[in-house]
Amino acid sequence: MTSLDTRAAVAIDDDAAGRRRAKRSFDPKKRRSVLLTVLLWLCVLYFVLPLWWLLVSATKDNSALFSTFGLWFGGGFSFAENLETLFTVRDGIFTRWLVNTLVYSLTAAAGATLLATMAGYAFAKYDFPGKKALFSATLGAVMIPLTALALPTYLLFSQAGLTDTPWAVIIPSLVSPFGVYLMRVYAADAVDDSLIEAARVDGAGEFRIFWQVGLRLLGPGLVTVFLFSLVATWNNYFLPLIMLNTSDLYPVTVGLAQLQAAASAGGGSQALFSTVITGSFVSILPLIVAFLFLQRYWQSGLATGSVKG
Amino acid sequence: MSQTPALRAERPAAPPSPSVARRGASTAKRKQYRAAYLFLLPFFVVFITMLVVPLVYSGYLSLFESKLIGGDVFAGLANYVRALQDSAFLASIGRMGLFFVVQVPIMLGLALFLALALDTGRARGSKGVRLLVFMPYAVPAVVATLMWGYLYGPDFGPIAQIARGVGLGTPDFLSPENILGSMMNIVTWEFVGYNMIIMYAALRSIPGELYEAAEIDGAGQWRIAWSVKIPAIRPAILLTVIFSIIGTFQLFAEPSLLNAIAPDAITNSFTPNYYAYNLAFINQELNYAAAIAFLLGIFIAIVSYIVQLSTQRRERRERGMS
Repeated sequence: MTSLDTRAAVAIDDDAAGRRRAKRSFDPKKRRSVLLTVLLWLCVLYFVLPLWWLLVSATKDNSALFSTFGLWFGGGFSFAENLETLFTVRDGIFTRWLVNTLVYSLTAAAGATLLATMAGYAFAKYDFPGKKALFSATLGAVMIPLTALALPTYLLFSQAGLTDTPWAVIIPSLVSPFGVYLMRVYAADAVDDSLIEAARVDGAGEFRIFWQVGLRLLGPGLVTVFLFSLVATWNNYFLPLIMLNTSDLYPVTVGLAQLQAAASAGGGSQALFSTVITGSFVSILPLIVAFLFLQRYWQSGLATGSVKG
Repeated sequence: MSQTPALRAERPAAPPSPSVARRGASTAKRKQYRAAYLFLLPFFVVFITMLVVPLVYSGYLSLFESKLIGGDVFAGLANYVRALQDSAFLASIGRMGLFFVVQVPIMLGLALFLALALDTGRARGSKGVRLLVFMPYAVPAVVATLMWGYLYGPDFGPIAQIARGVGLGTPDFLSPENILGSMMNIVTWEFVGYNMIIMYAALRSIPGELYEAAEIDGAGQWRIAWSVKIPAIRPAILLTVIFSIIGTFQLFAEPSLLNAIAPDAITNSFTPNYYAYNLAFINQELNYAAAIAFLLGIFIAIVSYIVQLSTQRRERRERGMS
């Protein structure tokens, strides 16, 4: 196996260096453009200011929220108090929601990634009867809207006694046709056929080749599919809304929407607005951190996956 | 790449190496078939139970009618006939058609501009730009809508504060006339970055030699973008268009949350998906809701298919000309 590993590493390095070289020979001609820089950073303002507002507002108490200018701090710094309220409101149910979200989306993303990787690898690296039909079915499924599925899935799940359980959110999120597509394109490039061939000659079985050779080369593709499945489940609102009744099982999205509804309906009697805002702020941090930390991997994973069609 | 010519020749089918006896070849191949099917099995088990079965079930449900006396009665296509005459449903489709025609070109145009601009590498801090523009994608639609709901607020929202500060009136983003535009803005904010990243990733993998050839021919940056880069990433652009069609006609979180702060502007049939939800879970009209959902699904599939087909045809025509 060690000889295989080094060969794999060399193949990938060659590939990356080749691509980098092709780019670099083009780069020296490039000049900085002030106009373009200004234009781009103006666009950035549009995307960042709402998040800036969220950050600033998370530091205000309920009255300052409505009496001070929205895009700047003011009226004291109540971030700590807001956090305390957030995590103690209704016996600390927000923590519960965060944990639920984390469990649902990590499980669903890990499962979806594994299924998509195995299927994508098979589509990329094997020829078998029915391959074309199966792949077309997968691609066609990208176009099926969730709406057409959510209602019957709900009814089927309720007959199976699965509604109002975590499974009702996790199982439907395991299907990622786009993940299969990305993985197929990625595996076609990243896993060299000669490596598979060499492993076969060495007497390795197909599954061992997949686990020990394939998976190691699929890193960036895996991260990409994982992150995008993670976001899809993390941000999902429709599915958990219809599937779950018990607020102890809610993910953050449904919980926050419920808090917001209570805040709007409560006529301001409860100091819930700042709690909703602080909750929103806290709930978006994990995904942003995940994207920042893993950006090198998912961006290179997408780069291979999105060009060929 | 360090590949021997002999192996490269075998690439597409990856048959066993020539040293293996011919008789062994077919068993080896059969073994590979089996492996391939086993790799596909888990995905397709979930695929069938979570996609195919519900779809068929939904189609089945839509053919029935729930009567007060007698329970579920076979109704044939009655639900579909009703849907096609249901002005609330048709209006919601029309509203989303308008949404698609206005919002999607703006969103994808902006995404394409940003991707092309970043790809030239001529802007300072382009890595920061890329990440900051992408960040809203990590924000759930619920949080995005909630946030923009506050930002739109006519009394305390910062946009209204600024507008009043510079002497303009108070803009009413949540009025029935403006709510669709306000929703377009939320969706644009959420998804420009995602689309930009897909296009940018596609741009990054265009071989550099293509640009060199164009530059030697004397093409400027705009010309390269228009004649080399955009055609080269057409599959990626098509992908973003199809995702946008699907996304638009399925809007749910945005209308359902805006409904809380602008109940007059958001009707219970504002988007087809929101309508189907209200029919099923508020009105308890499951069969009719299934028909609506099914029709919507067919509609989206047809639109996506037409878009895909027209792009392919155009591509073929262009290839034929050159």
